[in-house]
Amino acid sequence: MTLLAAHYRFQVLEQARIPIALVSSAAFPALSLLFFVVPFDFASSPDAATTAVVQLIVFAVMISFLFTFGVGVADDREKSWDPYLRTLPAPAWPRIAGRVLTGATFALLSIIPVVIVGALFTEATASPVQLLLGMLALVVAGLPFLFGGLAIGYSLPVKVALPVTNLIFFPISFAGGLLIPPTLFPSWLQTFSALLPSRGARDLVVLAVVGTPPDVVAIVVLAGWIAVTGALTVWAYRRDEGRRFR
Amino acid sequence: MSAPVARAVGVTRRFGPTVALDRLDLDVEAGSLVGLLGPNGAGKSTLISLLVGLRKPDAGTVELFGGSPRDAANRLRLGMTPQETGLPDTLRIGEVLDFVSRHFPDPLPPGELLERFGLTGLERRQTGGLSGGQKRRLAVALAFAGRPRLVVLDEPTTGLDVEGRRALWDGVRAFHADGGTVLLTSHYLDEIESLAERVVVVAKGRVVADGDVDQVRGLVSVSTVSLRSDVAPPMEGTVRSERAGDRWDLWTTDADALVRRLVHDGVPFHDLQVRTASLEEAFLSLTDETEESAR
Repeated sequence: MTLLAAHYRFQVLEQARIPIALVSSAAFPALSLLFFVVPFDFASSPDAATTAVVQLIVFAVMISFLFTFGVGVADDREKSWDPYLRTLPAPAWPRIAGRVLTGATFALLSIIPVVIVGALFTEATASPVQLLLGMLALVVAGLPFLFGGLAIGYSLPVKVALPVTNLIFFPISFAGGLLIPPTLFPSWLQTFSALLPSRGARDLVVLAVVGTPPDVVAIVVLAGWIAVTGALTVWAYRRDEGRRFR
Repeated sequence: MSAPVARAVGVTRRFGPTVALDRLDLDVEAGSLVGLLGPNGAGKSTLISLLVGLRKPDAGTVELFGGSPRDAANRLRLGMTPQETGLPDTLRIGEVLDFVSRHFPDPLPPGELLERFGLTGLERRQTGGLSGGQKRRLAVALAFAGRPRLVVLDEPTTGLDVEGRRALWDGVRAFHADGGTVLLTSHYLDEIESLAERVVVVAKGRVVADGDVDQVRGLVSVSTVSLRSDVAPPMEGTVRSERAGDRWDLWTTDADALVRRLVHDGVPFHDLQVRTASLEEAFLSLTDETEESAR
């Protein structure tokens, strides 16, 4: 446990010293709320406003996970510090668990601004129970992005991981209904939307906080994405170990 | 006699078609100060990576303190240096030391470690802002953080100025005088000469010479005698030879004797040149010898 704490502290410090990364991942969702939700009518309907805030929270978590794990892990793998750590008398798990905790911490920090903007400038509300349910749902909803990020990070060099992450995050968030509600989509986009991990993630957290029934297909697909990205992560990690440290 | 601190038995390691280590044997005895000498690409770094548990051999076995180096418990008494280019830029010296120390049950107090490597007063500096020499010293200090019994130093003084190099050597000697075991690699003979008691020369993935400093210096002090002649010169006493037309290049550990022999035998040579062979050439001649004897 003390080793986990040491790795966690180390990685948090390392990221916190480059605040621009945190600022950008925290500012993006809050600004989206400010510009695309607050000025319009539905900011005054509690359910619609809460849904909009929840969507952007999922968006914030997704960005945070894809970048800290995808780009962050790829970057670490290329530094000679990583092999040095492997010569220290510690198994691999405190390092990996520390990395996951660090990602979760920064994801949590990055949702604070959007929650504040939502509470101050919209009619969005949630009871403590709804908040708690929402957090639990968010943990599950974040899994495909956690695993997806790790799979990218362990399988690609940073020069490829960065553009790949940039390329996938926007369409996934838009078509998954994280920026505008999927009820506004044309029917073909509705169908496509249900196949994305972001849609199931959104519907799950919206269900927990607002109570809107989810798209059942999207929830089933989300479970599938968690399984697939989880398996990809294990595969990518083993392959990377086998390549670099066989 | 106690078991070796680190050991490789019949170790082979390939990278694709390249054979980095070829049935190599090495025992590092407790309390010894062993220098691994060899040209770049000889397999020194691969050997180190196997001994510290970073890689697995394709064949043969490696042991660290009597067990597998891939088992974290067997690395408790191992000290290793990171490459200074890989130090986490945004972290402070104190934080990096603290982090590494937490991996060991009884680490050195940070103040003592900083003082020993001339880093006192720099605890709050971020590693990214250190000079090359300071980074190097921090990297070496990390190897000593956990009170190791074996310290592995891969090219420890590359990038250090004369003063830094001397300070580092003093630190290594003090550790050794205290009973610590040191395994260091270098491609500089003078570095190995001034530190190591035992020198192991590695070339083309094999141990080509193993002995004390004097023995190995004798082996690697090779001269090249170069001449033109239409008839073959005598080959006794040469360790290697090359011919291009009437130009002969002869490698020998005793150039004087070879020249005397040429004159005495009445070889019709001209354009004679004698020069000291580089360490690389000396390694090559050693490798050729082992290949001959293996045949």
